[in-house]
Amino acid sequence: MSRIENRFAALRAQGRTALIPFITAGDPRKEDTVPLMHTLVARGADILELGVPFSDPMADGPVIQRASERALVHHTSLHDVLEMVRAFRETDADTPVVLMGYLNPIEVMGYEDFAEAAAEAGVDGVLTVDIPPEEGAELLAALRARHIDPIYLLAPTSTPERIRSLTASASGFVYYVSLKGVTGAGNLDLEAVRAKLGEIRAVTELPVGVGFGIKDAATARAMGEIADAVVVGSAIVSLVERHASDPEAIREAVGCLVGEMRQAMDAG
Amino acid sequence: MKLTELPDARGHFGPYGGVFVAETLMAPIEELRLAYEKYMQDPDFLAELDADLQHYVGRPSPIYHAERLSRELGGAQVYLKREDLNHTGAHKVNNTIGQALLARRMGKTRIIAETGAGQHGVATATVAARLGLECVVYMGEVDAARQEANVYRMRLLGAEVRTVSSGSRTLKDALNEAMRDWVANVDDTFYIIGTVAGPHPYPAMVRDFQAVIGREAREQIQVMTGRLPDALIACVGGGSNAIGLFYPFLEDEQVAIYGVEAGGEGLETGRHAAPLCAGRPGVLHGNRTYLMEDADGQIIETHSISAGLDYPGVGPEHAWLKDCGRAQYVAVTDEEALDAFHRLTRTEGIIPALESSHAIAQAIKLAPQMDRDAILLVNLSGRGDKDMHTVAAREGLKL
Repeated sequence: MSRIENRFAALRAQGRTALIPFITAGDPRKEDTVPLMHTLVARGADILELGVPFSDPMADGPVIQRASERALVHHTSLHDVLEMVRAFRETDADTPVVLMGYLNPIEVMGYEDFAEAAAEAGVDGVLTVDIPPEEGAELLAALRARHIDPIYLLAPTSTPERIRSLTASASGFVYYVSLKGVTGAGNLDLEAVRAKLGEIRAVTELPVGVGFGIKDAATARAMGEIADAVVVGSAIVSLVERHASDPEAIREAVGCLVGEMRQAMDAG
Repeated sequence: MKLTELPDARGHFGPYGGVFVAETLMAPIEELRLAYEKYMQDPDFLAELDADLQHYVGRPSPIYHAERLSRELGGAQVYLKREDLNHTGAHKVNNTIGQALLARRMGKTRIIAETGAGQHGVATATVAARLGLECVVYMGEVDAARQEANVYRMRLLGAEVRTVSSGSRTLKDALNEAMRDWVANVDDTFYIIGTVAGPHPYPAMVRDFQAVIGREAREQIQVMTGRLPDALIACVGGGSNAIGLFYPFLEDEQVAIYGVEAGGEGLETGRHAAPLCAGRPGVLHGNRTYLMEDADGQIIETHSISAGLDYPGVGPEHAWLKDCGRAQYVAVTDEEALDAFHRLTRTEGIIPALESSHAIAQAIKLAPQMDRDAILLVNLSGRGDKDMHTVAAREGLKL
């Protein structure tokens, strides 16, 4: 079993929902990322999602795009991100880490080299936003050969056939996002989400994470009641942005938000 | 597979093209692909398109023998395909008419577009006005500043121009922003991409709408000269005017093909927009193609005097035509393009767009090396009125 599967199995046994915070690696500086990852775990994160900065993050909203821009000022590369995961693993052997990013930096490194380096660094899952399974057989094979879980997005417009083919390629969990498309947008329509989760669960046993519109303890709790995992991105990255000049303040503010979410979800 | 039969069913030109987008975009792209495949076979739709191209755009555009320029160059005869004479002043409208009519057939009421030089934005706002469709155009802040007149033109036409201040604040960032809009508003919105890039079916669809250039030219040049040209020349940013001219000649193996990229301050300086000449393959904006990128795979800023060529990628069909050797891609510097701009203006009384001036510059290089009965067919993709401020500024004048 992969680290991600283990984590979901353990949570399921306790009747709890996974909390998955997202931060962009290298935002605002390279040296801030590993300490922030540890803070997230200490405050109750079950899985970490680490964004790999890209110059043209087409599927992200302005908050995540600005995080990429901040990280790229210091040329945070895919190599650097893998180095951060390796450093994190020195003192945390248990918390799964998922990389989320775009294909081009992986293309440049080469699929095999990337998969090898990611496995060695201790990466557990890879979500590549802009490579659907139709184009992704080679990357998929490279990841699978190293027991890295390929994570895929599902959208409200995903047809039942597509959900079937995407979940057939996926392992670990799947990640349901809003149609209002870009990260950080839209308001929470719990009933619509509940209906779609039903459709997804009809074709897959994989845990389903939901990742939009979760901005505070109350929304995390509400979503936690219907999803297997709650992914929090823009709300956290906004705090990083607000306190960008002060790493301690970042950890304090982000830790506080994650802690409140954790508490609310466990009480729910 | 013959070159003219590409792309394959999933949008590939050799290893290039394809559909590299987030799951949120898959449904609208699939809806578009089905509509495109259906209507490109529909005689009713094609007749509607033809009528518009004739009566609204003013097609066919003529071919003009640039005799004085040819005489000065002392070699090949230079013929110009006059896309600058189209309504709105460039080839862009061939495509926007096609896509807007398709949007109407699909029941979409809102049009969005990205624009660099503003020509595609103007061409989109124009057809949106004519069809009574709501129109939003995304434009990088830098481009909007250097093409103010086009921004005003779009607003006159009733379009909302949204300036984009992220990234390098140029065409690629406008494209990112338009994609985001599309994802969020798929139900009523049609995204008119202005070049042969983006995910399938855009590269094929835009080529099909622009191929009217080459179909006309192939017939016209034979009527005028009794034979096919020895070489075709067109500028390549994303590459829509070029592929429009090239495509109907791809199987004519005796016709050489030159695509001219923006060499900016020179390929050796790194400050250019020539991915085919000096970039390498990667994935951006939904397709695999040649890109301008750094060692980490980040897309880098491009430089060209011509906003319309200032793009770090290129249509995937061009990438394949390069690799398989059917077309040659060369670069022309800002300086060379400016010289060509002045030269055509003075010798023929035709002020070319700075984009098209790159193609003219290549003709100026090639013609003297060729016989006097050789024929060069150059796509004069747009007129230069929009570039008055840029050219004047280079000469220290303010208009």
